[in-house]
Amino acid sequence: MAAPTHTAATAAPRRTPHGPLRGPRPRRHGSETLAAWLFLLPSLAGFLVFTAGPVIAAGVISLLDWNLFSPPRFIGLDNFARLGPDDTFWSALGNTAYFTFVSVPLTLLVSLGLALLLNQGLRRMAVFRSLLLLPYATITVAVAFVWVWLYIPHDGLVNAVLGVFGIDGPAWLISDDWAMPALIVMSVWKSFGFGMVIFLAGLQAIPQQLYEAAKVDGASPWRTFREVTLPLLSPSVFFTVVTSIIGSFQVFDQALVMTDGGPGTSTTTLVMYIYRTGFENYEQGYAAAQSMVLFAFIVVITAAQFLLQRRLVHYDL
Amino acid sequence: MTSDVPALAALRRSPVAARRLLVFTCFLVTAVTLTPIVMMVLVAFQSDTESMAARPSLWPGSWHPENIGRAFDLVPLGRYLLNTIIFAGGTALLETATAALAAYAFARLRFRGRGLLFGVYLTTLMIPSQVTLIPQFILVAKMHGVDTWPGMILPHAFTALGVFLLRQFFLGVPRDYEEAARLDGANRWQTFIRIIIPLAVPAIATLAVFKFISQWNNLLWPLVISNSDSTRTAAVGLQVFQSTNGTQWNLLLMAAAITTVPLIVLFFLTQRWFVKGITMSGLGGR
Repeated sequence: MAAPTHTAATAAPRRTPHGPLRGPRPRRHGSETLAAWLFLLPSLAGFLVFTAGPVIAAGVISLLDWNLFSPPRFIGLDNFARLGPDDTFWSALGNTAYFTFVSVPLTLLVSLGLALLLNQGLRRMAVFRSLLLLPYATITVAVAFVWVWLYIPHDGLVNAVLGVFGIDGPAWLISDDWAMPALIVMSVWKSFGFGMVIFLAGLQAIPQQLYEAAKVDGASPWRTFREVTLPLLSPSVFFTVVTSIIGSFQVFDQALVMTDGGPGTSTTTLVMYIYRTGFENYEQGYAAAQSMVLFAFIVVITAAQFLLQRRLVHYDL
Repeated sequence: MTSDVPALAALRRSPVAARRLLVFTCFLVTAVTLTPIVMMVLVAFQSDTESMAARPSLWPGSWHPENIGRAFDLVPLGRYLLNTIIFAGGTALLETATAALAAYAFARLRFRGRGLLFGVYLTTLMIPSQVTLIPQFILVAKMHGVDTWPGMILPHAFTALGVFLLRQFFLGVPRDYEEAARLDGANRWQTFIRIIIPLAVPAIATLAVFKFISQWNNLLWPLVISNSDSTRTAAVGLQVFQSTNGTQWNLLLMAAAITTVPLIVLFFLTQRWFVKGITMSGLGGR
């Protein structure tokens, strides 16, 4: 593209045999630039004030000792140094990683399984799809309370059902070992609908001829799945993995309602710890430092996925 | 390998049996999935003693529709719902309007730095909202916006996601339509309002519903920025419910159900767009 210049030579319309409509018309280009910035202005202003500014500010605040009430004091990297011996921080980081690396694959498997099930050409598929999407349409805080009720030790519904199979269920939300799995089950239930819809869309875009060709070749269902369905679905899988990992690094609502981070710190997540540090202990600088670490993790993991994507995701045949 | 299992081999020979098994599986999975939602509603209508009994019962022994009124009396639930509608509706409206304008510029107008600026917008998709939480709070606090509607709504009304989705859609609108309008003497604003917007109604509606639902769900920001009943949203209000009333399960779950119902209704009414929107925006892969 030619860079727009504002000299008289280029401003003069170039006459061609086809008339003035052809060829570059720098004056219009100038008004186009102005129009573009006017269209962008509201979004850009909000973006600068409420996203770009705060991101930079977060970096600066992480270098301060500041409780919002007294004047901030510059302390360099002390907030980051504090993270080293802070056991709660490491435990929160570990819990977040545990949550992410169990709940994301599980959600993915459930979504993919259900999408494959619904894609079998059932007549009432849309009804099942709508019903299965319901958990996704509920509000997290509200259904988190239901799950607390379901997980009541001894006589809660979950343990009652397990009892039918002769299993003595644990005390779920008040057990160090079982509180996190309980949170994960609830989260998978809450979020599989989103992946399911995306996978359904992806499955329906796979050309039917490929399946017929596989059939002619005598490929087993498993082989067809592995060599036709999965590669063609890989862009949807990639999108779902990236968004679910980013989402689960930020898990907060259900943990706050269901366990309040306990027992002990066994379900304290990073975001919960950031919230506590910033808004219960009023250590804004330290909380900002923690959020920068969370940000760094998300960037590293997302970048790693984009690198892997080059090898594993097929955008074309 | 799978055909070695006799049951599966038998199923393959009998399409009717296979189909029945398929439908049965769908019913089973759906029933399990819906159990928590059904339980929420059932317990919400139980009596106080029943819902707090040591051994919870599944079906209400007697129905107590007056629990609806009691939930509204116990906490200002009506006020919380109205607040949630203002918060979620306000952010959705503002976000959609500003995103449509910006997306038009990115999709249709040529200007210096367009690629770079769009790249910057895209990069911010990765920034977790927790990174901006503290500076946004400080900013709003300094501007005396704590517990006010502008303070609640503005920080969450500008995101790159909306711009990204609508740009994707605008790129697909044939240029000829706009050229024709231009030849008829319409200026850019007029072509935007009269040509692009009407064609993009499904995409814009999808974005608005998406945003409305995610803000209806938002707990963290309202928890931080609203500290009285005048702006407290339902998600935060349920928290208050728990701390002030222990575990009066029937009323708590009634309140939870009441705050969820509007969302489920909206979701059902708009899910056709929703699903189409996901497919159209290219998120479905191909």
